[in-house]
Amino acid sequence: MSWFEKPAEAPARVPTEAIWAVCPSCKAYVAKEVWRAADKVCPKCNYHDRLSCRERVALLTDAGSFKELNAAVSFNDPLKFTDASGAYAAKAKATAEKTGVGESVLTGTATIEGVPVVLGVMDFRFLGGSLGSGTGERILLAAEKAVELKRPLIIVSASGGARMHEGIVSLMQMAKTCAAIARLKEAGLPYLSLLTDPTTGGVSASYAMVGDLNIAEPKALIGFAGRRVIEQTIKQKLPDDFQTAEYTMAHGFVDRIVPRKELKGFLAKVLKYAGF
Amino acid sequence: MAKKTQKKLSPWEIVQIARHAERPNIADYTRLMCEDFVELHGDRLFGDDRGLIGGFATIGGERVMLIGHRKGRGVEENIEANFGMASPEGYRKAMRLMRLAEKYGLPVVSLVDTPGAYPGSEAEARGQAEAIAHNLEFMSTLKTPVVIVVTGEGGSGGALGIAVGDRILMLENAVYSVISPEGCASILWRDGTKAALAAETLKITADSLKGLGVIDEIVPEPEGGAHADVAQAVAAVRKAVLASLSALKKVPVAELVDRRYAKFAAMGRF
Ligand SMILES: [Zn+2]
Repeated sequence: MSWFEKPAEAPARVPTEAIWAVCPSCKAYVAKEVWRAADKVCPKCNYHDRLSCRERVALLTDAGSFKELNAAVSFNDPLKFTDASGAYAAKAKATAEKTGVGESVLTGTATIEGVPVVLGVMDFRFLGGSLGSGTGERILLAAEKAVELKRPLIIVSASGGARMHEGIVSLMQMAKTCAAIARLKEAGLPYLSLLTDPTTGGVSASYAMVGDLNIAEPKALIGFAGRRVIEQTIKQKLPDDFQTAEYTMAHGFVDRIVPRKELKGFLAKVLKYAGF
Repeated sequence: MAKKTQKKLSPWEIVQIARHAERPNIADYTRLMCEDFVELHGDRLFGDDRGLIGGFATIGGERVMLIGHRKGRGVEENIEANFGMASPEGYRKAMRLMRLAEKYGLPVVSLVDTPGAYPGSEAEARGQAEAIAHNLEFMSTLKTPVVIVVTGEGGSGGALGIAVGDRILMLENAVYSVISPEGCASILWRDGTKAALAAETLKITADSLKGLGVIDEIVPEPEGGAHADVAQAVAAVRKAVLASLSALKKVPVAELVDRRYAKFAAMGRF
């Protein structure tokens, strides 16, 4: 047993949550200090735990270089949607207050090892990183800003897919974001897509999958349909590695799997090859 | 006209009409709407999807590239067509044909009628997400007019994968949604029997979508629905498609592509 692991029987009076983080994948207890120092990568199983958008920005960009764009663009409720658990507008507002981000993606300008870029980072805490109209609008405006400034665009995805509460308007964000990315590519600018855990549904079937490079974090869930839906369709159990980053790379849809610690340097290197 | 009686249909009743087994399918459209249809097969990469087909077509003297989901009639044909659920090779075939349309200066007419993209393990392995995403990107810059007709079920990303265009038409009793009412009910209400409520809440009918600015025009159906008089329903689609084509052909192609971008950029901008 390594020193960072929790003993089988934790001393009864120690406030467990204050000291130990539990790996969501292998359930190992890891000292919080170690967990943070490793950028939330499990030292036991190499699971890359989800980062908030601010944590991701800190990981990838030069300190102090990030400037948010379009913070005022927020969620909309075009359907006046209410389900069994209440009104969507109220839920979205509470989430925005809790997370401090107005939508499921944070966009802005930044530098990566000195190279100026436009960056979009999704946050799974915001309604499962779902793609709403505010998300789509922020991404479109980020792509347009990249064209205006002649900078590369980088989007970090973390999303369960479209946001049902915005109905058809959410679906249309897939077309809208892809149209913006097509324009950026026509302007000859790089678009790098980083797929993190999870990138599924309408986000995988739009901007996340059309990077010049599709880069993934180890073990990230990447796919279109949900595992349960597929199992019901084919009436078979799927193997454990189905729809992992490793599976997706083996099938030809991801260029490279890059561990979290190496991501910033890797992006900087690719930007150099791209002429930036 | 049937307007008065049809206004009373609930969204859930409209879903049933949109899914009706006798609703005009792509075979009816190629037979009754087109003077000529030359099916072209294969994506040149893996196979030939039978759930999404396409080829050269002539409509009222206009030569076009016609693509569309294919629902069958009867069990055997439906199994072959995979009930209109396309696989990655279907979306890639559609892209190949649209690229050809651009090269030959043919407008594209796309008929949308699918429960959704096929959620199978083979479809995942061959990149269902990438195939759809790539089409969305490609269609947004396609340098030829594109007319979309949602004829039956517009099932989520599987529908959108061939539905980026300059003019989006929708039949009166068609539906177009981010998720099926049943799927939405089981996730958000944790109760599959709440599908009728989900159908209403999701606003998936033609008049709702027109109000949201997602579609441009509603094509009227015969009383009782398109299946009640297939010839009349197809004739109405033909007329609307020809009118759209004639309007779009007058627009210089660069302007057309700019307008298409502006159209989708405005969706969800409130
Ligand atoms: Zn672990």
